[in-house]
Amino acid sequence: MTAALQMTGVAADLGGRPVLRDVDLRLDAGEFTALLGPNGAGKTTLMRAALGLVPLRGGTVSTGSAGYVPQRHEFTWDFPASVQDAVLSGLVRRIGLFRRPKVAHWQSVWAALDQVKLGDLRKRPVGELSGGQRQRVLVARALVLEPSVLLLDEPFTGLDMPAQETLTDLFTEIARERAVLMATHDLTAAAYTCDRLILLNRTVIAAGPPADLKDPEIWMRTFDVGPGSHLLKALDLVGA
Amino acid sequence: MSPWQFLADLTNPDLAFLPKALTIAVLSAIMCGVVGCYVVLRGMAFIGDAVAHAVFPGLAIAFLFSGSLVLGGTIAGIVTALLVTVFAQNRRLKEDSVIGIFFVAAFALGIVIISRAPGYAGSLQQFLFGSITGIPDRDLYVVGGTTIAVLLTVFLLHKEFVAVTLDREMARALGLRVFWLDLMLYVLVTLAVVMAVQTIGNILVLALLVTPAATARLLTDRLPAMMALAPAIGAGCALIGLYLSWSWDLPVGGTIVLTLTGAFLLAHLLAPRHGLVARLAT
Repeated sequence: MTAALQMTGVAADLGGRPVLRDVDLRLDAGEFTALLGPNGAGKTTLMRAALGLVPLRGGTVSTGSAGYVPQRHEFTWDFPASVQDAVLSGLVRRIGLFRRPKVAHWQSVWAALDQVKLGDLRKRPVGELSGGQRQRVLVARALVLEPSVLLLDEPFTGLDMPAQETLTDLFTEIARERAVLMATHDLTAAAYTCDRLILLNRTVIAAGPPADLKDPEIWMRTFDVGPGSHLLKALDLVGA
Repeated sequence: MSPWQFLADLTNPDLAFLPKALTIAVLSAIMCGVVGCYVVLRGMAFIGDAVAHAVFPGLAIAFLFSGSLVLGGTIAGIVTALLVTVFAQNRRLKEDSVIGIFFVAAFALGIVIISRAPGYAGSLQQFLFGSITGIPDRDLYVVGGTTIAVLLTVFLLHKEFVAVTLDREMARALGLRVFWLDLMLYVLVTLAVVMAVQTIGNILVLALLVTPAATARLLTDRLPAMMALAPAIGAGCALIGLYLSWSWDLPVGGTIVLTLTGAFLLAHLLAPRHGLVARLAT
């Protein structure tokens, strides 16, 4: 089976500063993977590298197609667009230059909206949506291209628990047929809901199912914390 | 003066400059209204202002050598737009600083150039505040052709412009040429501004770009409606403004701008759902 996303020896810089070095990872359809690491570890850069948005200093990236769900603030929410217009914008290249969307394009927009359970709100202006609904619009916009891997950049930031749980269920469902990679700071939720964790700090420190990552040392290295950190206690890695 | 009298003056062959000025004011208001929607939604009003000032050296050179003002302004505006787009790619400088440098420089250059022309104070005033006399017939065709070209380009690139405005990163990830789309938008702004400069004037043209689009935004949450309303508001106010300025012998640019401002305030007060009155009533 070909991987949904494969990175081999990837290195990338940001403004001349090395951010990623020797990153190897493989994601397959059917996996919900969390990408964990402190601020500045290179989580967003890794996703942008997968999308071809940052030039690689070395290594290779291969992916069928990657769908990107950026952080919510990247989107112009006060734009006079309806929910379905926003999702349609994901198809802009597929529709083609100088062409108008056809029925088939709208049908894939509506299918993506049904999948994220926003079918009823498709004509609502995007500015009137709640934070959780906005996140689902961005997910639908990525899904409309039928990506082999879905890249989620901190989708839970600023959302309350019910919204987070709705989204987690949605991501789990999407991960049945695609690969999902989610950058997040919510370590306990990731350990609880994801099939696999990737611990990143400039490079992949460790990767595997949560049950295999019980060694406190790898967490201390990833997050640069000492053995007394409450992070380790929260993850149940050391006795409280 | 009654509207009928205004109509009679418009058709009076001795006042042939009046219908010409009206045509140009209305067409440039339509162009500015449509392009202005992107300007307002992208928060690039400052760029509009910059382009408006940047066309000045081109106008000055054209004036000095009796060339086409429209052509001179267009070239100068596009050169400045190109410089801003290129320099703004450097992430160390924010776009507004780059714009601040180039548009004042362009404006300064224009002042220096036009000071070489004999009797420059009068022509300077004409450039800065607009005038309805002295428009050559040729300009009517240029403005008409440009209107068609600008509207056609907006129509053809609409979904690309929307995608870039909604989310630049995503547009880039999808493989859109964001740089070229930005440049194209700046060129459209430049063209719309240059066409309007003659009647409205260099300093006031920003109002034609921003006010109708902002007014339309208050009235609707749908982009197609906004892009139809903005040029309608702009054209209507251009007509009313010219009528008022002709009736009371007021400067035409200033009167049109004040009419637009009146429309904006009215919309702010009376807009459905979001207007002041609607909000107080609920």
